[in-house]
Amino acid sequence: MNAWAAIRTIMKRELAGYFTSPIAYVFLVIFLLLTGFFTFTIGNFFERGEASLVSFFTWHPWLYLFLVPAAGMRLWSEERRLGTMELLLTMPITNSQAIIGKFLASWVFLALALVLTFPVWITVNYFGDPDNGVIVAGYVGSLMLAGSYLAVSCMTSALTRNQVISFILSVLICLFLILAGYSPVTDLLSRFASPVVVDVVAAFSVMTHFEGFQRGVLDTRDVVFFFSVIGFMLFTTGVIIRNQRAG
Amino acid sequence: MINVEHLVKAFGPKLAVNDVSFSVERGEVLGFLGPNGAGKSTTMRMITGYYPPTSGRITVGGHDMVEDPIAAKRLIGYLPENAPGYADMTVNGFLHFCAELRGLQGDARKRAVHRAVELCFLDAVLYQSIDTLSKGYKHRTCLAQSLIHDPDVLILDEPTDGLDPNQKHEVRGLIKRLGENKVVIFSTHILEEVEAACSRVIIIDRGRIVASGTPAELKARSPEGKLDEVFREITLPDTVHHDHAAQAALAAAPAEVQS
Repeated sequence: MNAWAAIRTIMKRELAGYFTSPIAYVFLVIFLLLTGFFTFTIGNFFERGEASLVSFFTWHPWLYLFLVPAAGMRLWSEERRLGTMELLLTMPITNSQAIIGKFLASWVFLALALVLTFPVWITVNYFGDPDNGVIVAGYVGSLMLAGSYLAVSCMTSALTRNQVISFILSVLICLFLILAGYSPVTDLLSRFASPVVVDVVAAFSVMTHFEGFQRGVLDTRDVVFFFSVIGFMLFTTGVIIRNQRAG
Repeated sequence: MINVEHLVKAFGPKLAVNDVSFSVERGEVLGFLGPNGAGKSTTMRMITGYYPPTSGRITVGGHDMVEDPIAAKRLIGYLPENAPGYADMTVNGFLHFCAELRGLQGDARKRAVHRAVELCFLDAVLYQSIDTLSKGYKHRTCLAQSLIHDPDVLILDEPTDGLDPNQKHEVRGLIKRLGENKVVIFSTHILEEVEAACSRVIIIDRGRIVASGTPAELKARSPEGKLDEVFREITLPDTVHHDHAAQAALAAAPAEVQS
């Protein structure tokens, strides 16, 4: 059995797992309600009077902070709780295939949630004449952002069989990824640290790298950043899963 | 077929398995007997590739479990302790998933699932989700999963745990039948099970093999010819864990592992 077939099999099961329980529907409804609320009510979509989705994308790092860990917290903790991890890892597949398969399934699920926000895109095109290239870049950035958070959740879920602990740890790490580049924090930091230090800290933040996408700029460095976070977190997941069994 | 040499598994300072060696050939049913916490499950988890051994070597069908795990795992069907299963999947979906992970596709997969369902009498619950199953059915579902690719090696951790007497009888019969042309290793703490199904027995206590032989040979060790007397004589109840010999053995153990 080749690697991709194994990954696809695991992906299919994991994705189906979202939809055979109420998780998927609850998640999708809450996600869509919240994006709508933030975009139109708090983001003043109409009052802004501009044909762009800035008020939509600006909220994504904060919205994902709670929603993505909620979608990812069960990935490995559930396997550990049910004992199916033993079953899965004694199958003729590698650890990485299992990790990647599970991660991709959740990422596809989050992508689906993102696709379902299309009414916002229709709305802005109905009322005005936005730059759809910028909007596409925003969506790509948002998906990368979700992927990064998800990889963090994947890692924290491997740490514990308790989903609540997995969720809280994941929110904390993601919060750090936001705050390191959040302007109130960088302003505070620049008062007593040299600009170089501030830049280095900010470079670790998803905010810094998500900004470009929102302006419609697809910078390779930002793409590399997000993929590095995903790669690093999934690699750490692998190390955790291996070490738990090494005793 | 299965070769285990000087297997050691340490969890921190505690040695769960301490220098276990044995080999099993095709056509043998090997029973693992021992008190709770003796190291039966840990040994099986190492043979199936779930736990990496601290030291020692395992080969399955000539494939080293550490160096070539995929090839070795392909030959094994495994029923873990407590028969885990994905709670939200149906029996049918679960078996198809496992068959797919074993590399079975299309018609071959359908036939494999069908065969496993018949072997384990799962027809009645095929489209029920696993978390609604009774313990017996849940156990058989996981057993079916281990048989799905008709493996050469079957590792069954307490395969009759939680089954009613009829089901126990069925499963023992099944193990015996399968053992005719496969390697079967199963663990239990039910002594009559060993007599009913095994061609060979290994008794493990505190991570070490304390006796091995055919059920008849082991029985001959007791004046009355009863297996449970032999068992009680050579294994220690867990209440005497604090005796000096055991303490000394535990204290000396980590140094042994490092060397």
